[in-house]
Amino acid sequence: MKGYNFAYLDEQTKRMIRRAILKAVAIPGHQVPFGGREMPLPYGWGTGGIQVTAAILGPRDVLKVIDQGADDTTNAVSIRRFFARVAGIATTTRTAEASVIQTRHRIPETRLRADQILVYQVPQPEPLYRLEPSRAAARRLHALAEYGAMHVRLYEDIARLGQVAISYDYPVLVNRRYLTSPSPIPAFDNPKLHRMAALQLFGAGREKRIYAIPPYTEVRSLDFEDHPFRPHRADAACALCGSRESYLDEVLTDDRGGRIFVCSDTDYCAGRAA
Amino acid sequence: MAYVAVKGGERAIDAAHAWRAEARRGDPAIPALSTGQIAGQLGRAVERVMAEASLHDPELAALAIRQAEGDLIEAAFLLRAFRTTLPRFGAALPLETGRMAVRRRISAIFKDVPGGQILGPTTDYTHRLLDFSLLDDPPPPPAPRAEDPPGPMPRVATLLEAEGLLRPEPPGEAPPFDITREPLAHPAPRDARLQGLARGDEGFLLGMGYSTQRGYGGSHPFAGEIRMGAVTVEIIPDELGFPIDIGEIVLTECQMVNQFHGSRTEPASFTAGYGLAFGQADRRAMAMALLDRAMQAAELGEAVTAPAQNPEFVLAHADNIEATGFVEHLKLPHYVDFQSEAEAVRRLRAAARAEAAE
Repeated sequence: MKGYNFAYLDEQTKRMIRRAILKAVAIPGHQVPFGGREMPLPYGWGTGGIQVTAAILGPRDVLKVIDQGADDTTNAVSIRRFFARVAGIATTTRTAEASVIQTRHRIPETRLRADQILVYQVPQPEPLYRLEPSRAAARRLHALAEYGAMHVRLYEDIARLGQVAISYDYPVLVNRRYLTSPSPIPAFDNPKLHRMAALQLFGAGREKRIYAIPPYTEVRSLDFEDHPFRPHRADAACALCGSRESYLDEVLTDDRGGRIFVCSDTDYCAGRAA
Repeated sequence: MAYVAVKGGERAIDAAHAWRAEARRGDPAIPALSTGQIAGQLGRAVERVMAEASLHDPELAALAIRQAEGDLIEAAFLLRAFRTTLPRFGAALPLETGRMAVRRRISAIFKDVPGGQILGPTTDYTHRLLDFSLLDDPPPPPAPRAEDPPGPMPRVATLLEAEGLLRPEPPGEAPPFDITREPLAHPAPRDARLQGLARGDEGFLLGMGYSTQRGYGGSHPFAGEIRMGAVTVEIIPDELGFPIDIGEIVLTECQMVNQFHGSRTEPASFTAGYGLAFGQADRRAMAMALLDRAMQAAELGEAVTAPAQNPEFVLAHADNIEATGFVEHLKLPHYVDFQSEAEAVRRLRAAARAEAAE
């Protein structure tokens, strides 16, 4: 695009972000501060993911952008158009055809490969923020791997409710060391984080943090021996493709309690329905 | 089917933008605003946008205000996003506000000060009556001019420092921290804190500053000096090696003077809170100075009990571009997480029902 560098950011900024990414890959799950820039999209709209994507895109990359699992949600459309405009790269809605996938709130159902990169948009990179709002104090807890408070929080759920009541942004331990936010993906998606072949990069623009899960890294959802982690989905089949394995969105069809369930991953659903 | 309707698309986005553009222009029978009119007649708005965007450019700020239809936070966002793309060719020398071409200068702690008190173009003593004559837009009568140019006006803080009454400022680090380039880590140094306050939301600064006056971290402030006027900006280009003048900017500077009881190692003295803002911005500069002082509590060995004394709290929430983004992002689709949460609530309710049936 005239007047702007390839993929919007200037090369110095990209280099700074790549250095943060390299450090993040070297310390899986650790939040690396970076000099996040103001982007022409608002904070909360995926500025962290967009900066990471901008820093890693090359002219031959093929980009897929999803929000809530779907390629046609407004913000996914907007971000995909942004990169088509400022980088002139090819875009796709097919998971298998993409080399870079930027996502908000979902991991695609289709298993990702080693030659793909999954970029997450992260609103709140600090998994401890509800327990310790001071980021300075939380940093100390990470340094000491002092995660007892989070275990107590899970225990309190079990004691009061009989089960852990966290249903999304379910905390994980990456590489047996860092407590990490998987971003607000449904807990259903957590098992996909574990030993994924693709590189997973997480960008938080407003909070100015980048972290990573390198390929094939161990990622464990926090749990107890007698209360193992259990992912959940709606107990139904997709009304369009009939899948009983995929994560489902609930769609209200009338005001008398009518509802159907459909796949949240539109590419997966369309591939099965075809 | 309803399912399709909940998904947006390229056509919906394009149509929304077109509608917005039409609404922005308003009634085409009424002449469009020029950026010159905005910069010249809505100066306070332009200055606020420049401050919160951290970019001094009245014309572009005026353009942003017009594009944002007068939404000043949106205008600051537009200007900031543009600022990020600009190359930086150097840093200015520290501004000499003591050599300001003063238009306004008041001190609330002395009846008179060297150089005198100058009200300047203030609204402080206007009666807040709607002036219906402005509807007809008559040209104002000429304002009277002082016959003699004002003499030198040393900063009041400098006078207090000379007597040892005001705690001297420790020299700053060079080069200063840059919050627009580096991530802020806590505890943040004072240069980073002042930068965060300088671009902070005026309403937030005002509310937090006000809270210190109502007992949440009070520091007994006096307005030592507020001065407003033009200051020369100088840089030293690498190829020249000596300072050159690149222009003037109008600033408001505020020095709050606060009580300090002293500590085991230091005798009692006054301490300063510092505020600086583009243009004529008493409110902004004063609120900033209150907060700057409140945030020194930990360094001065005072008890940190109030939100305004907690730099991490203040700086993390003062930025209205970040705040508006994160508050408003709640309108983006969250149905995947909501579905997850709804399933969890249904499970919990089913478990409770089963327990009650037993």
